[in-house]
Amino acid sequence: MNIEKTLDAKGLACPMPVVRTKKTIDDIESGQILEVVTTDAGSKSDITAWAKSSGHELVDLKEEDGVFYFYIKKA
Amino acid sequence: MSERKKTNIILFSGDYDKVMAAYIIANGAAAYDHDVTIFHTFWGLNTLRKDEKLQPKKSFMEKMFAKMMPRGAENMPLSKMQFLGMGPKMIKKVMKKHNAMPVSDLVDLAKEQDIKLLACTMTMDLLGLKKEELMDDIEYGGVAAYIADGEDGAINLFI
Repeated sequence: MNIEKTLDAKGLACPMPVVRTKKTIDDIESGQILEVVTTDAGSKSDITAWAKSSGHELVDLKEEDGVFYFYIKKA
Repeated sequence: MSERKKTNIILFSGDYDKVMAAYIIANGAAAYDHDVTIFHTFWGLNTLRKDEKLQPKKSFMEKMFAKMMPRGAENMPLSKMQFLGMGPKMIKKVMKKHNAMPVSDLVDLAKEQDIKLLACTMTMDLLGLKKEELMDDIEYGGVAAYIADGEDGAINLFI
């Protein structure tokens, strides 16, 4: 997987992970992949729902020791 | 781009926790690419009040109101567990620990995300709030301004 950009949102609380993700994805091109790293437990469903609603594709979601890794392909 | 969804929030309350909820939802909706409007009325207007002490010309009653109402969100009480002022101090401590944003920062973020902050002029008159006491980059309106945004809103909330 070719990651264009990584957003470190570790330690941020709601609503910041989604707000930052939205801002960051505006900086990449359609088809490119954004990696988002979070620790907020709610971000798992937040970012998943956000990606679905905004038409982006959540290619992969990993969880390791309370850290979430999202891979979002921009629509 | 008329297919953008709309989120509209009537912010009636002037409690720190309720204002926080309103602004978190508003900022989240903006990240969802919604056009977001927060219509501030009654006690919610105090969110938009500047922190500095201003002395515009006011009647006796208006002066009393101005004294009793908080200047800005950071000076608001909590809706529960106020504990004579200890409550807000405690919750702000806990918020810091959990990295939650203070309401004043959420208001700045809302402006950054082009959320429309509307102040209800009729209740401003009732509470004796003058334009110069409120933040500069806001809009003014009444029920019709709200309905115009709210009638095709995907989300409409009264907080």
